[in-house]
Amino acid sequence: MIELKAGNFTLPVMRLLGTDLDGLGEELAAKVEAGAGFFQHAPVVIDLSSLPEDSGEVPFPLLVGLMRGHGMIPVGVRGGNPAQHEAAAAMELAVLADPRRSQSRPRTVPRSVPPAATHTGPGRLLTHPIRSGQRVYARGGDLVVMAAVSSGAEILADGHIHVYAPLRGRALAGVKGDATARIFCRDLQAELVSVAGYYRISENIGADLRGRAVQVFLEGRELRMQTL
Amino acid sequence: MARIIVVTSGKGGVGKTTTSASIAMGLARRGHRTAVIDFDVGLRNLDLVMGCERRVVYDFVNVINQEANLNQALIRDKREDNLFILPASQTRDKEALTKEGVGRVLDELAQSFDYVVCDSPAGIEHGATMAMYYADDAIVVTNPEVSSVRDSDRMLGILASKSRRAERGDEPIREYLLLSRYSPERVARGEMLSVDDVKDILALDLLGVIPESQSVLSASNAGVPVILDEASDAGRAYADLVGRYLGEDLPHRFLEAQKKGLLSRLFGG
Ligand SMILES: Nc1ncnc2c1ncn2[C@@H]1O[C@H](COP(=O)(O)OP(=O)(O)OP(=O)(O)O)[C@@H](O)[C@H]1O
Ligand SMILES: [Mg+2]
Repeated sequence: MIELKAGNFTLPVMRLLGTDLDGLGEELAAKVEAGAGFFQHAPVVIDLSSLPEDSGEVPFPLLVGLMRGHGMIPVGVRGGNPAQHEAAAAMELAVLADPRRSQSRPRTVPRSVPPAATHTGPGRLLTHPIRSGQRVYARGGDLVVMAAVSSGAEILADGHIHVYAPLRGRALAGVKGDATARIFCRDLQAELVSVAGYYRISENIGADLRGRAVQVFLEGRELRMQTL
Repeated sequence: MARIIVVTSGKGGVGKTTTSASIAMGLARRGHRTAVIDFDVGLRNLDLVMGCERRVVYDFVNVINQEANLNQALIRDKREDNLFILPASQTRDKEALTKEGVGRVLDELAQSFDYVVCDSPAGIEHGATMAMYYADDAIVVTNPEVSSVRDSDRMLGILASKSRRAERGDEPIREYLLLSRYSPERVARGEMLSVDDVKDILALDLLGVIPESQSVLSASNAGVPVILDEASDAGRAYADLVGRYLGEDLPHRFLEAQKKGLLSRLFGG
């Protein structure tokens, strides 16, 4: 039925220069526009070798979401360190060998990713507000927030996210690629919601959902939002 | 042991110095030995609002650098024996405030005072982080505008993580919201956020609402903390606020637009 053979392909490479993705959306839009269709459904490799040594973790879920949103198909990473490879693999990106770097530079100890709470139990419960500029990650489980998540704040979980107060910031569930993860919130005013890298920004969230109790989940490759 | 209060904000010009001066004066008048420190190194102006600018010999940085001792640098208020001002230097740069040096001065003040009020510069630069680091209580001054509220939210996040209390895992800094330059008329016209809007966004205890008032400018031009102007709305609002800080249950005033009579409407009263 099948035959396995080696093949050579030339793929576009997107070199990542920093991990702050704030302006990336616009930059991608400009590049894609300039490429006039070239990037539509194009497999793209993410090159990590130009990232500064001390740059933090790469927000792959967001990055992959952004790239998909612009019609690219991110297929793998090149360069980078083991921690980054692990994070990339979690998003089902292949780690491609880099021929130029077989003699790799001395590896720094992989920085343990997001600073806040590491957690392995059933989930993480927060009762205080998450303020603009703060970032909370529930590793390996769900995140339950009993207070408001401010605009400019970011909450992430490997599992589900529940917010029992206004959600005004960004919420990313299933950040390691769990497509069954969901976001539940009592009052949706989010700047961005994402499940397993599929995201939607506030501009694309219908007015009928704003201020309502909503759940966000993946159905196939489509992010769905429903009132509860 | 003194309680250390930082008066802080994300955005500049929202009323921190005005507030620091009035709170310090209010606490002192109620019999608490109080010191107020100007952390705005390079932009001296607490001494002007307190009306002691002509009596400055040594300043905060001199004390940090051990070029003067605290007793030499503290200026006793002429109106209130319980109140002392530690002015900022106009000439040094902000890096002069070291964590170790600030800690030493605050420790020494804490021995003999009940309250130490720290007038912070705006934002999250060095001077501001030094002013908040040792705080027990934080008063976050906010104007009823979206950008000011957003910045306050950010300050609250930083307060929760970048303080001695946070680093030691002690009980967190107590946070209070002060809404300043509030104009009920402009709120009614939809030009400003209302008290409820701001409370809703920041989810914080409201310590007080200070109305926008001409008396603030006149008072600070005269070197008088506005809390001493008992005829003015702003002065009375600050007096209430001090009472609330000390645990009194006082209703918020000056939240509604004044119904103007025909005469005052005609003559713009
Ligand atoms: N309630 C008020 N009504 C009217 N004017 C006010 C009020 N509060 C403060 N002001 C005015 O606003 C200006 C800034 O006040 P102030 O110096 O207290 O702010 P600040 O937050 O300390 O500023 P900075 O960030 O520069 O240190 C001053 O001119 C002051 O007189
Ligand atoms: Mg000031």
